[in-house]
Amino acid sequence: MPVTDVQHDLDALTLTITAAFAAPVTRVWQVYADPRQLEKVWGPPTYPATVVDHDLKPGGRMTYFMTGPEGDKHAGYWQITAVDEPTSLSFEDGFADLDFNPNPELPVSRNVYTFTEHDGGTRAVYVSTFASAEALQQVLDMGVVEGATSAINQIDDLLAT
Amino acid sequence: MTERDEDRADALFHALADRTRRDIMRRVLAGEHSVTALAARYGMSFAAVQKHVAVLERAGLLTKRRSGREQLASGDVAAVRSVASMLAELEQVWRGRIARIDELLAADPGDRPPDQED
Repeated sequence: MPVTDVQHDLDALTLTITAAFAAPVTRVWQVYADPRQLEKVWGPPTYPATVVDHDLKPGGRMTYFMTGPEGDKHAGYWQITAVDEPTSLSFEDGFADLDFNPNPELPVSRNVYTFTEHDGGTRAVYVSTFASAEALQQVLDMGVVEGATSAINQIDDLLAT
Repeated sequence: MTERDEDRADALFHALADRTRRDIMRRVLAGEHSVTALAARYGMSFAAVQKHVAVLERAGLLTKRRSGREQLASGDVAAVRSVASMLAELEQVWRGRIARIDELLAADPGDRPPDQED
């Protein structure tokens, strides 16, 4: 399994996930630098992603939409805050309308990706931080729909305990 | 469980033991709704929907605020879901992404150094 470590920081609302990839750092960086590769890995098979703008520079944006099983489209963007090719990338990940205007009503998560050489491969550390529990909930509901877990399923879980 | 937890569980189970109230919860967890807008969704009177909203509010599942003449209801996420369960869910999303990156890297290793041959 490529995932080697997972840290949940409940107070800081932060997920830190570490993975080991059997490829050089420069190859892992290409996954992010090439929009066609990025869209292959970003969305789950049920909500494939399409990358539209792709400007991985500080102040630049990556924009994308994900298409659901019923043709529903969900747009988002990365606002790039720092780039140190090929070892780190920082950005804010938010939701947008289908013209890619950021939706200020919806939360933004702060993300830092770091890639370092390790044992002939790459150690990747992904850190995502949310401003509030509500923000985390909305991100789960709106953007990252893998497993299609909805709030109502969580209520069912609560009732089962 | 303490007495207080038991009381809270009673209120929670009562609040959710109704199809309309569960449906209201689903809507207000996704975003703030006016009670008027909620009432328009169901084949019942405004007063009846307002009562359902009040039951959910007493159970701590939603909060209301006033905006002009409107009452706006939103779901209290923390009451329904723990941060731990949400981070666990997000972890699953990330595990999916990382598995896809791993597959992509295996399928397309990229440019190889010239001295390396198949």
